[in-house]
Amino acid sequence: MSRTLGPVLGVAAIEAVDVSRTYQLDGVSVPALRGVTLTVEAGDYVALIGPSGSGKSTLMHLLGGLDRPTGGRLVIGGREVSGLSAPELARLRNETIGFVFQAFHLLPRTTAVDNVALPLVYRGVGARQRRERAAAMLGRVGLGHRLDHRPNQLSGGEQQRVAIARALVTDPTVLLADEPTGNLDSTTGAAVLELLERLNAESGVALVMVTHDGEVAARARRRITMRDGVVVADTATGPGGVGS
Amino acid sequence: MRLAEAWRVAADALRANRMRSLLTMLGVIIGVASVVLLVAIGTGTKQTVEQQVEGLGSNLLLVVPGRLDVGSAPAVSPLTLQDVEAVGRVVGDPARVAVTVASGATVRAGNRQDFTTVQGVLETTPTVFARELARGRYLTRSDVDTGRRVAVLGDSVARVLFPDREAVGQQINVAGVRFRVIGVFTPLGQSLGVDRDDEVHIPVTAAQRLYGTQRVDAIAVKAPDRDRIDDLGQRIVAELNGRHPGTEFSAVTQEQILGVLGDILGILTGVLAAIAGISLLVGGVGVSNIMLVSVRERTREIGLRKAVGARPRDIGVQFLLEAVLLTSIGGLTGMALGVGGALLVAAVSPIPAAVTWWSLALAFGVSAAVGIVFGVVPAQRAGRLDPVVALRAE
Ligand SMILES: Nc1ncnc2c1ncn2[C@@H]1O[C@H](COP(=O)(O)OP(=O)(O)OP(=O)(O)O)[C@@H](O)[C@H]1O
Ligand SMILES: [Mg+2]
Repeated sequence: MSRTLGPVLGVAAIEAVDVSRTYQLDGVSVPALRGVTLTVEAGDYVALIGPSGSGKSTLMHLLGGLDRPTGGRLVIGGREVSGLSAPELARLRNETIGFVFQAFHLLPRTTAVDNVALPLVYRGVGARQRRERAAAMLGRVGLGHRLDHRPNQLSGGEQQRVAIARALVTDPTVLLADEPTGNLDSTTGAAVLELLERLNAESGVALVMVTHDGEVAARARRRITMRDGVVVADTATGPGGVGS
Repeated sequence: MRLAEAWRVAADALRANRMRSLLTMLGVIIGVASVVLLVAIGTGTKQTVEQQVEGLGSNLLLVVPGRLDVGSAPAVSPLTLQDVEAVGRVVGDPARVAVTVASGATVRAGNRQDFTTVQGVLETTPTVFARELARGRYLTRSDVDTGRRVAVLGDSVARVLFPDREAVGQQINVAGVRFRVIGVFTPLGQSLGVDRDDEVHIPVTAAQRLYGTQRVDAIAVKAPDRDRIDDLGQRIVAELNGRHPGTEFSAVTQEQILGVLGDILGILTGVLAAIAGISLLVGGVGVSNIMLVSVRERTREIGLRKAVGARPRDIGVQFLLEAVLLTSIGGLTGMALGVGGALLVAAVSPIPAAVTWWSLALAFGVSAAVGIVFGVVPAQRAGRLDPVVALRAE
């Protein structure tokens, strides 16, 4: 466990108990999650794997407070989601969660530094401090020289690194990355992955990452496998890649 | 998110979509500019007409056959100079009574000619209508009594006929009859594109002989007492009714004329403002439309903002402020264009235009309100978007 610097490992950052999510589609119930129980601990590094349609993204949205479960108990940062209003949930997202998406989701026609500073806008941080913190964060992801570039002036890997900086600029406890390398070629993807692992190790932010890559999954400390909306395996792998 | 920040976010979003913002604003710009310009023209026209009527002299009473009403056809006058004398007796002072018998005629001097209005008048005209002479003298009682062929020229007529000579003392030819110029009026200038100095005054008796008539078109009375002006008017009408049974006469004061004209021009201004208001409304619908398109186009942006912590309210406020900013900037631009247009119209055309504060305030208020009203629906829609669905949008 040498790579783990998370000082509070063992404390639950997110706790899901028998969580379910059923979509209503033209009056038909589509169960995407059917009773998921898991805990994301502070500083954790979790790989979420499973076939397409197994509910990985749905689970990520719930863990990040972007969506609400239709059943079960979900506690994010010590707060029970079902008891929170929409603005309270928004604030919880802002303070404890960082999202990284497959499609980057950067604001077009907006500079890298302004993209990174966006979460701070909703936290009420002043403009100058926002820029300082965003610039520093861009420095940490190796883009200190690209502050005023717009997304269309950046490569895919650079764009995803901007998105990672944006996710981390608020110092969240959990970083949720849904196939963060899915839109990148393998070399660039590997670099982005390395960056995520480094940030997890350095700052102690818990990393939950959806991936289709078995090798990548093997590098995580924990591997959660899903199928048909349930967790079918939750195994500690460790640096040596101990499978179950 | 603080409100100041929200304004910045909205302004940034508008700047990021410059072209669309501009096109959206265009409807509002045109709407506001036309409100300001058209109301300015309406108001200017009204002011000009009012000044003109007031400029006729104070305590004026116009006596005409028939009814002085909007749209009533002018009647052929049964009035004669005997009636004028009778009116003078009712008034108690013949010097306060003026008449006119007017006709268009060609006036010649040498090889120059001018088609103008030739008015047969009494020597009382300068007193009653507060007219002044630039040179020479006006008609006298004896000119009128003897039907002497003398004429007083309006400034424009004098300039046309005698561009390089003094008009007073020269001979002119009115409809084939020779007249001697005895005076030239002080210029009145133009109003509403009509040259008010394009006229020739000759003794009413000479005019009647010239036109082969006994009639007098209208009588004007300068009432000695403003408070009893209506009473005087009634007595004059009664006298004339006695002399011409079966004919209707009206005596109208300046206030009444102003009232009628004011009503007409007020309605005109209102209609113009309403037409312009409709275009402003259309502009507002355009804003709403574009904002809805914008919400749809920027669905992923909305989802992302929510993912990083924007509350539904933050998103709603952002889009509402965008709409208000769009219409306000459009409104200000429209106001500037409207004022500029009004100044231009007043400067280069005979149409008067007077920009009024209320039209500016109204146009701006309406455009900002349009932004709020037409921004609310798109803003609510944006605020309520489900972030998960929004992020998945293409
Ligand atoms: N908005 C929705 N309405 C109805 N059904 C949905 C909706 N979103 C997801 N689903 C369904 O829920 C199930 C799980 O979807 P989810 O996106 O979580 O899968 P996933 O594991 O992320 O798949 P992938 O690896 O392809 O991204 C799928 O069957 C999907 O069709
Ligand atoms: Mg997915």
